[in-house]
Amino acid sequence: MTDASASAAAPAVPPPQPGLWTLLAPKWRTALARVRQERSGAGMRLLLLALVGFGFWSAVFGVSYRVLKYFRGVPDIGTLVATKLLAVLLLAFLGILLLSNIITALSTFFLASDLDLVVSAPVDWLRVYIAKLGETTVHSSWMVALVAAPIFTAYGMVFDGGPLYPMIVVAALIPFLVMPAILGTLVTLLLVNIFPARKTRDLLTLVAVGAVGGVVLLLRLIRPEQLARPEGFRNLLDYFSMLQGPTNPFLPSEWAADMVMNWLLRIGDPLPILLLWTTAAVLGVVGSAAHQRLYLAGYSKAQEGKDSFVRGGAWERALGPFLRTAGPARREFILKDLRLFFRDTTQWSQLILLAVLLAVYVFNIQTLQLFSGEQVPIFFVTLVVFLNQGLAGFVLAAIAARFIFPAISLEGRELWLLKSSPLDLRAMFWSKYFIGTLPLMIVALTLTLVTNALLHASTFIMLMSVITISLYTMAASALALGLGALFPQFGTENAAQIPTSFGGLVFMMSSLSLLALVIVIEALPVAGYLRAIATGETPGLSTELILSMVAVAALCAVSTILPLRAGLRRLQALEL
Amino acid sequence: MIQLHALSKNYGRFTAVDQLTLEVPKGELFGFLGPNGAGKTTTLRMIAGILQPTSGTVTIGGEDLHANPEGAKAKLGFVPDRPYVYEKLTGAEFLRFVAALYGQEGAGVERRMDELLELFELAPWKDELTESYSHGMRQKLLISSALVHRPEVVVVDEPMVGLDPKSARTLKDLLRVFVERGGTVLMSTHTLEVAEAMCDRIAIIHHGRLAASGTMADLRRETASEGLTLERLFLKLTGGEVPSSLTGMFDD
Repeated sequence: MTDASASAAAPAVPPPQPGLWTLLAPKWRTALARVRQERSGAGMRLLLLALVGFGFWSAVFGVSYRVLKYFRGVPDIGTLVATKLLAVLLLAFLGILLLSNIITALSTFFLASDLDLVVSAPVDWLRVYIAKLGETTVHSSWMVALVAAPIFTAYGMVFDGGPLYPMIVVAALIPFLVMPAILGTLVTLLLVNIFPARKTRDLLTLVAVGAVGGVVLLLRLIRPEQLARPEGFRNLLDYFSMLQGPTNPFLPSEWAADMVMNWLLRIGDPLPILLLWTTAAVLGVVGSAAHQRLYLAGYSKAQEGKDSFVRGGAWERALGPFLRTAGPARREFILKDLRLFFRDTTQWSQLILLAVLLAVYVFNIQTLQLFSGEQVPIFFVTLVVFLNQGLAGFVLAAIAARFIFPAISLEGRELWLLKSSPLDLRAMFWSKYFIGTLPLMIVALTLTLVTNALLHASTFIMLMSVITISLYTMAASALALGLGALFPQFGTENAAQIPTSFGGLVFMMSSLSLLALVIVIEALPVAGYLRAIATGETPGLSTELILSMVAVAALCAVSTILPLRAGLRRLQALEL
Repeated sequence: MIQLHALSKNYGRFTAVDQLTLEVPKGELFGFLGPNGAGKTTTLRMIAGILQPTSGTVTIGGEDLHANPEGAKAKLGFVPDRPYVYEKLTGAEFLRFVAALYGQEGAGVERRMDELLELFELAPWKDELTESYSHGMRQKLLISSALVHRPEVVVVDEPMVGLDPKSARTLKDLLRVFVERGGTVLMSTHTLEVAEAMCDRIAIIHHGRLAASGTMADLRRETASEGLTLERLFLKLTGGEVPSSLTGMFDD
């Protein structure tokens, strides 16, 4: 018998299994390497991020602490309201976690680039499941955990949680975070077995964005802040019974809130802990059993089925006449950008959120009730119009961050083509600026005109708002494109992640600083104008007003030209 | 047609390309060889205008790439080593876009596009998004994009990677016909048989420097390697002789 036939006849010995740590090591090491690069690359960057993080954390903690301190001071009802508030907060977190886990699981379990290696290796299915579940949990929960930390800290400090309190919170949070991860993974597993993975991703993106938009809109329309007022209830007894009863007794958010509040209020009830941990364990068993049965079939299905036949031409037909004079390179460049944008669900689905944001904004302006019978002083109306300008500027900066800032980063791996072609990069840069600024300008002007009309603003204020917002839009758009080129994120595949990078932060800070400066410069002449109205004089064009408008125009012009120049220079010097 | 003069590229302290001087005349298929990390891709990316040289000059068809980048690039078609294309464009849209980047459009472009897609058997997929293309299909699309605007010079980095035998044969024939009609090709490859069979002249680069250059006969004469295959000659020049015994690798 030859060696080969002998070895073929021998019973197969299962290979030793790698530890979970081994499976997770590449991710962990990648994260570490990134942190190290950041550290060696720019200390300022880390410092800025730390400052922003600390500021955010302090703000959440400060608000929570003040609110809870106030509740604690209210006899009888205060503690009940605090408990209810925690349950409602955790319920919101639970919803976010579930959605986020469904979307993240699609990447970690079915689309990640390391999966071919992991699936083809002789690794036990349970280890793959646990490792990937861990990855999914961390990816989708870190932000919720970060927001929850200052809130729980405030609860602990206000209700004297004692030294063991952090451990109680951790013991409540672990099953609370793991359960939506298991459920989300399970939902994704089932979906991928029914639809191809890429179709599922499109579907989920739409559902997720639509759901978030719907919730925001609904919350604004029903105005939940009114429900928090006891006087809105028929009698105090109704209010008490609403506070005392559990809102959702079958949801982990209620159990986690009860577990934490029981500790803080010294109530010896082990039921919430038991419910949390046993349900998590049962879900874990169900999730792993489903994974064992369905994962390989789902993974195989995720690799196939991309129905991507496109008979284009709609954009050419719509924009062809307008772009006829632009020359082939510039025209095709604009058409290419439009096609890429509208064919990528992760990109255009954000427009739903944007529409919701704008609807909420206009709705809020409309409900200000400045003209509901009672005479509101003209001073107040003009002030609101002026603040409206600031808020509109903020909305525009947020839109520019989401849609214009990533423009250069999204060229990413295909930039070789543009750099090796005779295309003048300046033309490409201008096309990007044009294609970003035009829709932003339409949004800016519509928003300003509609809200000013709703506020019955005077012609003077209307004119000033339109000029200011137009100048600011051009500058914000240039800042977004320029800083997007200065801080490109070529490695990121998901456009929605690009604005959250360091460069995105720099853009938001600089555009909001510009907005603040514009408002400060215009504040004096507006105050003068208001004074003139208050004293019964006819307000006119004062030197102060003209100077301030010139200063705003100059500031916006500089903020338009400088970032565009710097961005273009960076793009020309960029090496790939 | 392509002239490199004292071309260098440094990445920090590391010199990827070191004082490289090379000339590829019009109507020649020129092979560019070297071991991994020798500086081939860096050189080709400098010729394509994607990387800026630390020093030295690149001239394409008499146009200095630094002084007149648009003029020089207009003569060039480039195929990079990795087939990155816009995933949300169809094959036809991608080719149309590339032609437009070179200022070309209209019936002529449409005809060339169809010919190239037909030649590389991509016509049935021309209206499919490129995200559904295989590696080889993307490679063929890139090669088509480098030819769609009728360049005078084609610079290709590892063009055979990912191609099936029939497409590889088609590409070899296509490049040969392109050269016979007065075009110029600079091609980097690791497939030495391809280089030996196809190229009029060959340059071997090692540690960023030119180790040898000329026809096969020139190289053999220069290195006193009469009768050696290109593979043996390459290994001799680049110090890459295979260890005499590999059997120990598979012992327990």
